[in-house]
Amino acid sequence: MNIIEIKGVTKIYDKNTIPVHALNGIDLTFQEGEFASIVGPSGSGKTTLLNILGGLDDATDGVVLIDGVDLTALSGAKKTTFRKNKIGFVFQSFNLIPVLTVQENIEFIMQLQGIAREDREKRTAELLEAIGLSDRKNSRPNKLSGGQQQRVAVARALASKPKFILADEPTANLDSKSAENLLDIMGKLNREENITFIFSTHDLRVMNKAKRIITIEDGKVISDVVKEEIHNLI
Amino acid sequence: MLWLLSWKNVWRNKLRSIIVIIAVMLGVFAGVFMLAFMNGMVEERIQTVIRTEISHIQIHQPGFLENNDFSLRINNIDSIIHLATQTGHVAAASKRIVISSMVASAETNSGIKIIGIIPDQESKITNIGEKITDGDYFRNQQKNNVVIGKKLAEKLKVGLGKKLIITIQDVSTNITSGAFRVGGIFDTDNDMYDESIIFVRFSDLSLLSGLDGTQAHEIAVILDKDENTDQVKAELRKSLSTLEVMDWMELSPEAGYLVSAMDQYTVIFMVIILLALCFGIINTMLMVVLERVREIGMLMAVGMSKIKVFYMIMLETVYLTMTGGTVGIAAGYFASKYLERVGIDLFFWKEVYASIGYSSLIYPKIDLQTIMIVSLMVIFTGLFSAIYPAFKALKLNPAEATRME
Ligand SMILES: Nc1ncnc2c1ncn2[C@@H]1O[C@H](COP(=O)(O)OP(=O)(O)OP(=O)(O)O)[C@@H](O)[C@H]1O
Ligand SMILES: [Mg+2]
Repeated sequence: MNIIEIKGVTKIYDKNTIPVHALNGIDLTFQEGEFASIVGPSGSGKTTLLNILGGLDDATDGVVLIDGVDLTALSGAKKTTFRKNKIGFVFQSFNLIPVLTVQENIEFIMQLQGIAREDREKRTAELLEAIGLSDRKNSRPNKLSGGQQQRVAVARALASKPKFILADEPTANLDSKSAENLLDIMGKLNREENITFIFSTHDLRVMNKAKRIITIEDGKVISDVVKEEIHNLI
Repeated sequence: MLWLLSWKNVWRNKLRSIIVIIAVMLGVFAGVFMLAFMNGMVEERIQTVIRTEISHIQIHQPGFLENNDFSLRINNIDSIIHLATQTGHVAAASKRIVISSMVASAETNSGIKIIGIIPDQESKITNIGEKITDGDYFRNQQKNNVVIGKKLAEKLKVGLGKKLIITIQDVSTNITSGAFRVGGIFDTDNDMYDESIIFVRFSDLSLLSGLDGTQAHEIAVILDKDENTDQVKAELRKSLSTLEVMDWMELSPEAGYLVSAMDQYTVIFMVIILLALCFGIINTMLMVVLERVREIGMLMAVGMSKIKVFYMIMLETVYLTMTGGTVGIAAGYFASKYLERVGIDLFFWKEVYASIGYSSLIYPKIDLQTIMIVSLMVIFTGLFSAIYPAFKALKLNPAEATRME
């Protein structure tokens, strides 16, 4: 089953006097376990698309089915709950709560989900191990490097066991080494936990780590390539 | 979880939070202390009214109080005194002849109210005997002794042992005078009282006015406790139905108003303080929300419900307010309790206070009930100031978190 299925999605921002057509009829589907990147020039609509996939914004027109649920039909509060349980988010920055420790940040959504303390701690320990930051679990985010912070954000997004993780330019603020490192960790988690990642990027090297590359321009998908060969190698 | 998160958030900007907390603390402290101070002042004044000037209950012929008509006398005064003292909760009662008249010294004269008392009886009722600054309170057995207030003595330019001429209308409406000698000078905290009341012996005044000692104008009654006033008044009204029985609040309405007026003032005062704090808190919390737009957007994006976001900001505000409020209330309470024992002597304003009937020595008084009320007001202020900023936070859009400026 497709975990994401969108058809004829358009988005028009008309807050200002001139309406902006950010998305112009996008059809896309994603299956479980994908590791896809969305690329395109600045202003092409990457963030807008990811926001619609994540239920942070509403499409002006079109169908958005996430895990079989029509997102457009959900009320604000239901959508929040839906995001909490089904979708993980990694943003470019401001991912973490500065007053909480690394461990507490990773546990945060699990706490919102009402998961028991023992289970939370077990899961957090696993994830800390996976992102290689077990020894930093009691640090505040501002004591970590940008790359480490993004790794924690990935762990936090994974902790709640979502259906997929959306990451809008997760490496934009990172140097290339940290960026690659983050992508490697994401790739590893994608393989080991079979978690779906969809991320947008400008960075060619980051893009090339993806198994599927969707290119959009002026709010339209202009290419959608699955790199089977990489897939087969793994 | 929210509790802890909000508490940690309070300390993100330590300096700013501390400033707000100190402002709340000072405001609440000032409020509590002012409350105690005013309360102590009122209490003191009420006690003066009861213990020095009026007593708990007075009995007269109906109409006597209007203009102290000499002919409105109570007959068989001693049997009525007896009856009054037999009533429950009555500690003592005394009879008084009250005449509005003139007193003259060698220098000048003055209109006064002359009260004829039996000193032994009277000292159980009022504490004028304890307020003597010069001479004594009818301790010598000389006839025609008079005890006057310090203010009046200054006005008449007389001292101890000096002669005063008292002129009154007697039973047969003839003008008659008597020479009296100043045997004592008292000083209460009320200048007006000191200037307008003089005391002589009941027997001397009976003689001068031609009364036979079985009649008087006024009976003053003192009770075991202030709280029993209403009950005793009702009983006396029943048993002395032809006479007028009034309590201190009716006799000195301004003292009664004082209690309710002060209560109102202090509430208004407190509300103004808290309102001022309210604006400060709202301002600070709006800043907090504004600074955290992206973070709050992120929290909403990852699944924190709007209600939780609302609570988080509410809690932060309440923490700020309550931290300052608790310290302020505690400081105000203990400062008041301490000063209730030692008193605050505003001696440099003694004259001012005396001119309006107050003592310059003030014992602030505060009870736990007042503290409870103040605490509730502070909590309410916290909640109230939190609403708008928390509402602002609610309005934020989770998509904000993804937008780069
Ligand atoms: N809130 C908004 N109101 C109005 N117009 C918007 C808004 N958000 C985005 N747009 C416009 O929609 C178009 C697509 O924007 P979007 O942010 O999705 O592009 P992007 O591909 O993410 O760009 P970048 O690579 O710079 O992040 C742009 O023209 C942008 O100006
Ligand atoms: Mg973007």
